[in-house]
Amino acid sequence: MLQALAVALGFLVAAGTGWSEPRVRAGVDYNDDVRPILSDRCYACHGPDAGQRQAGLRLDRQDGALAALSGGGRAVVPGSAAESVVMERVASVDPALRMPPAYMGHDPLTDEEIGILRQWIDEGAHWEGHWSFARPVRPAVGDITRRERPRNAIDALVLSALEREGLALAEPADRRAIARRAALDLTGLPASTEATEAFLNDSEPHAYERFLDRLLASPRYGEHMAAMWLDAARYADTNGYQTDGTRFMWRWRDWVIDAFNGNMPFDDFTVEQLAGDMLPNATRDQVVASGFNRNHRTTAEGGSVNEEFRVEYVADRAETTATVWLGLTLGCARCHDHKFDPISQREYYQFFAYFNNVPEKGMVWNFGNEDPLIRAPTAEQEARLARLEQELEGAEAAWREAEALLEREQEDWEAGLARVGSLDWAPERALVARESFDGRLAVRSMTGGSIDGSSKPKQVATELAEGVLGRAGVFDATRYADLGPVGNFNYLDAVSVSAWIRPDSGSNGAIVACMGENPIGNGWGLFVRGGKLWWHMSQRWTDLSVRLETKRGIAPGQWQHVLLTYDGNRKAKGIRIYIDGIEQETNVLFDNLDWPSRSNSTLKVGGGGGLDNRFGGRIDEVRVYGRELSPAEARSLSAKETLQSIAAMPADARTRGQRDKLRLAYLESGASVAVRSALRRVREARRRHDAFLDDIPTVMVMREGPERQAFVLERGRYDAHGEPVGAATPEALDDRRKSPPSDRLELARWIVSDSNPLTARVTVNRFWQMLFGTGLVKTVEDFGSQGEAPSNQALLDWLAVEFAESGWDVKRLLKTIMSSATYRQSSRLDPQILERDPDNRMLARGPRFRLAAASIRDQALAASGLLEERIGGPSVRPYQPPGLWEELSGNAYETGAGADLYRRSLYTYWKRTVAPPSMMNFDASDREVCTVGVKRTNTPLQALNMMNDPTFVEAARNLAALVLGGEQRDPAGRIAAIYRRVLGRPPRKAETDALQSLLDSFLAEFAPDLDAVERFLEMGESEWRGLADPVDLAAYAAVASAVLNLDEAITKQ
Amino acid sequence: MNAGESISRTATRRHFFGRTAKGLGSIALAHLLGDDLSGSADAPTQPRGLPGLPHFAGRAKRVIWLFQSGGPSQLETFDPKPGLARLRGQDLPQSVRKGQRLTTMTASQASFPLVESAFEFQQHGASGAWMSELLPHTARIADDICIVRSMHTDAINHDPAVTFLQTGAQIAGRPSMGAWLSYGLGSESSELPSFVVMVTQGAGGQPLYDRLWGSGFLPTRYQGVKFRSVGDPVLYLSDPGGFTRGQRRRFLDTVGALNRMQYEEYGDPEIVTRIAQYEMAFRMQRSVPELTDLTTEPDPVFDLYGEDARRPGTYAYNCLLARRLAERGVRFIQLYHRGWDQHGSLASGIRTQAKATDQASAALVLDLKQRGLLDDTLVVWGGEFGRTVYCQGTLTESEYGRDHHPRCFTVWMAGGGIRGGQTYGSTDEFSYNITENPVDVHDLHATMLHLLGVDHTKLTYKFQGRRFRLTDVHGRVVKPLLA
Repeated sequence: MLQALAVALGFLVAAGTGWSEPRVRAGVDYNDDVRPILSDRCYACHGPDAGQRQAGLRLDRQDGALAALSGGGRAVVPGSAAESVVMERVASVDPALRMPPAYMGHDPLTDEEIGILRQWIDEGAHWEGHWSFARPVRPAVGDITRRERPRNAIDALVLSALEREGLALAEPADRRAIARRAALDLTGLPASTEATEAFLNDSEPHAYERFLDRLLASPRYGEHMAAMWLDAARYADTNGYQTDGTRFMWRWRDWVIDAFNGNMPFDDFTVEQLAGDMLPNATRDQVVASGFNRNHRTTAEGGSVNEEFRVEYVADRAETTATVWLGLTLGCARCHDHKFDPISQREYYQFFAYFNNVPEKGMVWNFGNEDPLIRAPTAEQEARLARLEQELEGAEAAWREAEALLEREQEDWEAGLARVGSLDWAPERALVARESFDGRLAVRSMTGGSIDGSSKPKQVATELAEGVLGRAGVFDATRYADLGPVGNFNYLDAVSVSAWIRPDSGSNGAIVACMGENPIGNGWGLFVRGGKLWWHMSQRWTDLSVRLETKRGIAPGQWQHVLLTYDGNRKAKGIRIYIDGIEQETNVLFDNLDWPSRSNSTLKVGGGGGLDNRFGGRIDEVRVYGRELSPAEARSLSAKETLQSIAAMPADARTRGQRDKLRLAYLESGASVAVRSALRRVREARRRHDAFLDDIPTVMVMREGPERQAFVLERGRYDAHGEPVGAATPEALDDRRKSPPSDRLELARWIVSDSNPLTARVTVNRFWQMLFGTGLVKTVEDFGSQGEAPSNQALLDWLAVEFAESGWDVKRLLKTIMSSATYRQSSRLDPQILERDPDNRMLARGPRFRLAAASIRDQALAASGLLEERIGGPSVRPYQPPGLWEELSGNAYETGAGADLYRRSLYTYWKRTVAPPSMMNFDASDREVCTVGVKRTNTPLQALNMMNDPTFVEAARNLAALVLGGEQRDPAGRIAAIYRRVLGRPPRKAETDALQSLLDSFLAEFAPDLDAVERFLEMGESEWRGLADPVDLAAYAAVASAVLNLDEAITKQ
Repeated sequence: MNAGESISRTATRRHFFGRTAKGLGSIALAHLLGDDLSGSADAPTQPRGLPGLPHFAGRAKRVIWLFQSGGPSQLETFDPKPGLARLRGQDLPQSVRKGQRLTTMTASQASFPLVESAFEFQQHGASGAWMSELLPHTARIADDICIVRSMHTDAINHDPAVTFLQTGAQIAGRPSMGAWLSYGLGSESSELPSFVVMVTQGAGGQPLYDRLWGSGFLPTRYQGVKFRSVGDPVLYLSDPGGFTRGQRRRFLDTVGALNRMQYEEYGDPEIVTRIAQYEMAFRMQRSVPELTDLTTEPDPVFDLYGEDARRPGTYAYNCLLARRLAERGVRFIQLYHRGWDQHGSLASGIRTQAKATDQASAALVLDLKQRGLLDDTLVVWGGEFGRTVYCQGTLTESEYGRDHHPRCFTVWMAGGGIRGGQTYGSTDEFSYNITENPVDVHDLHATMLHLLGVDHTKLTYKFQGRRFRLTDVHGRVVKPLLA
């Protein structure tokens, strides 16, 4: 039957070879015994780092160790330790000669280490490559049916190792224990009482495998797997540096959950996250997936140097990718060659180059997603968007039909214009200020003033003279016209400004501005400066600004029309400047408008920005709009002629602006009902469509911009460019490649190709860590020379090959491991074995370790019936002690309400600089940088957290209410129900007795003190009144809290 | 596996109980669990520190770091430059700036007009230390403190600069200094954390981040515990409403009894640690409120620290609490006071900050001294960088601003083996470049560790294949600062 099982599960069983023999340990093994000594004690000065290499001696390579030394002799003479200089030096008692050198503070090698080196050299100094850089080969497994207990190849490989040590597998865990263990491992939640009972009552063969299948099919599985992936991906809801503003990456998180639930093959999962944006005909989901490498921290701290932080982002991507997929500590080669692994500093920057072409800058927006980003509608939004797009297309089609009628109609209308006298037209919608200087002298002209306000400007007479249309304001570089408190737009407001100007020669100054007297203060303005037209919108003049100037100059002494439009999207690319109706090319001087820019100043013509910015010349027909004018509207304003005069011109003599003016005026006032209603329909459909687009969440993604030259950065400094380099993977990782992957997409494909020795091993090792608490390679983040060698390489390699050959099937891999007898062992500790193997590296018992932070909270919510199972969506804000954000920064934490309080912890809003405290108390990764290892501490703060955090107190109360309202009527039955919900088992008698006595004491104490009962039960937002007698509820809540606080409750065993 | 853990593996019995599987030190089993498991190791639940540490007898047992976040201007406090008055408004000579990078806040400024301090300087104490009129109380401890005018850093923005000063690296991810010391030296208190952080409330200023007292790649138990002035001083310290101490005791007895049953069945020493940590939590529920209850302090104490010290969340309150923590053996006490970032309106802004901190900083040193604690308590005052001699923004009659300046700034230290009554290092006539005895951030760290009996090159932790240390590959002990 076992054989049938193994075959059914698709294991390769090496036929008839018997058990693989333990390696004969007559001699020392290079990789197990020798390399760790050389690496740890010698490589720092005699290793891969060429910059630090002493005496030209290199001990990480055979040719280096065997070469003649400059001082005579050879470091290593194979077969003769006596002749090997290295032995002479490590064994020397003379501190001046001894290696590693005493004067650098290094301790000498131990006698055992010296002995190993001696034996190794005497035995011929056999060299091997580093184990993890050789591709894994499926090891022979032997006939697993011939032994007791093994259920699959994993057991055979574990048993070979155990038997070498004279150990055996522990007894199997009982079914209840294994049900809880498996449920926590696959879903992060306890199995429901019903699911456990169903499994216990299933006496058919393969009941356990079916139980696993049910867990793997649960949507909770994808959430649980995603929670761990978020640590690796350094996912958070804020930017991380300094001001730590918000961002929106939850659509990427949704993608991860879906990918795990859909069992997306891990190779696709990899390629889409590293380079989904570069896939041919990439789907939106594939582009969203590439958000993986935009999860790194970013800065919005004013004064930051763009390039310094941009380089940091690229380095983070490169190092995260190396850690997650390659298990390499690439970051060690950022400032110099790697000291232990064959990765040069040059290779670091070659790897860096794959991630260097994102069109981005170091300084980001503090209030949302930064470019590059895409809209990522949810399925519901996608459907609604499709309807809106359809409506828009329909409206546009109707408009095109109507347009066919236009020309004729408009000609008729033009012909009729002559009969109605003089008519002019200009866009009026969202016009917030207009000044034509025609007769109305309401405008106040001011002169004088000072920056610090010590001298106020005084009112003077407004001077007028002939203008473009009627009269114009005359400005003499001392005065300005104050239009009052209008137009103080902020950086996310769309703006348009239109004016006619006739500047004096050499004049510099504001045409229209909403700024105070400080020439470098905040606000906005359109200026003439240095003979150019110049736009500026600023929070802080020196850096937090958008500023650009036209390439073309302004002609002094002539009337010309100037116009600016801004779309309200913070970026210079959303700004257009027109002179006389012609859009201008511009030079972008600043493009960093990342913070609010509103000035509380008044709107000024001919001034703003202080005494040095008073305009000299004439200004006429100023219009300020609170929206972005269309190009046609912009051009139309440059036509000063009346509609009649344009209509009177031959069509081919009209300028573009004149044509636009006529057309727009006709559409607004002259067109037939049919045309106007078609137009209205298009505009309305467009408005609805665009408004809905604004509601659709965005996500930051990777994008490949123009190639940016990468350089070796000397000592890792962003501005110390060394040799230019192209993209490549470290050579040591691939001995058969012809050429390295050429771009990020090829890199992603190489990472999951069989040319790469690392990814499958690194990945299965992480899953092993998830299930057993420790990886087969304990240093999950370091498979290099300084990492720990695998405790069972045959097992690691078998899993890696099996995983890759199965099509990178994650669910299948997990099921395979969890089906093994190894996984199913009892986790009771035999003191003798504990002593020999405290970390359970030999696997002579089942895993037992504390749950992760997220599972501890989620389990309490689930066991108490509070858990809200809705999947995906934006992050939520559950309880946290008040004031935590406020005491470190200006932002306030607003606790959510209703179901949001009870979502799984992977949805908790993650502010990097003030991470959720109950997560941090239980060793959650802080999401600052990629984390693949796990920490598990055991502290008094955890005890306080479990006892007093409203989350757990409320859960205890709700759990009490559940059992009080349940079938059980007696205390013992109710205590048992609590046990079943939390621990998945009934209590033993002694346990029931202990809790019943606790219950009795609480009942006795609460009964006369209803005020205390009330205060205790008040914890949390969920309803408790009317669910049970308050005294009972309080006493049972205390009992439930005791159970939630048990070591067993927060431990997987 | 760190050195401490591997050494604790040697003795069998000790190992069995002492090494709690994941490296958490050992526990008073006999005390906690009764006789059946007695005879085991007897260390507390608190970090014990590494064997072999301290490396030598240090002068200091603990540190109180009064961190002035934002970058206090050295030009207005400790580094007088009387010659600036006649250069007012002139551009900073290129020969002084030497192309040094500036923040983008001023890099594009059209000019760099020099501006002198608005405050008068005088010499104080027998040592004749120069201090400005902003610091009348610090002037009283002039002979106790060592003023270092020649600090410098690599960072020009707050986040990297504060992170550098607290963790030895500009980019987050390394353990903070307090975490290093908890890890290396362990705790001297059985009822309080070994590393406590307090932040002045209500002063505004640049944001702070939990990672500044984080443990980086060290186990999280070494991270700083923030004592708060709102709500529970330690998160989740208080029992739920309606819960009495007696009830909590019985609750713990029951949980402990059930955990013991679990231990008898599973034999995992981690369970024993858990029981002990719950007991420790119970003790903290008593000791922390006792610690933060200042009603036992007599009135003269408040005369010394100022009336502000009665208000939780003020800098003065935190200073007084720091003394109480020091008395109770807390290893590393870190205060943060925000608000020293005067890009503009410096003259009025810095006056406010000085007023909020001067008296209590001096009081703390005096108080420690009169209690005999200053000898083995190292007090450090300072921010993450200095400020530019040139004006940021617009220079007016009454006001000016200064940008961040990494090339020189001032800190002072007192007690714990520091030679007080000296001013160390000097800067040029613009307080722009250091002319004598530069001290970088790693040097400061090395010197602080030295005072605690720690060789900064030997306190290491292996992570990602490399032995990391607080000072990276840098740092030297600045001997002239030592008594």
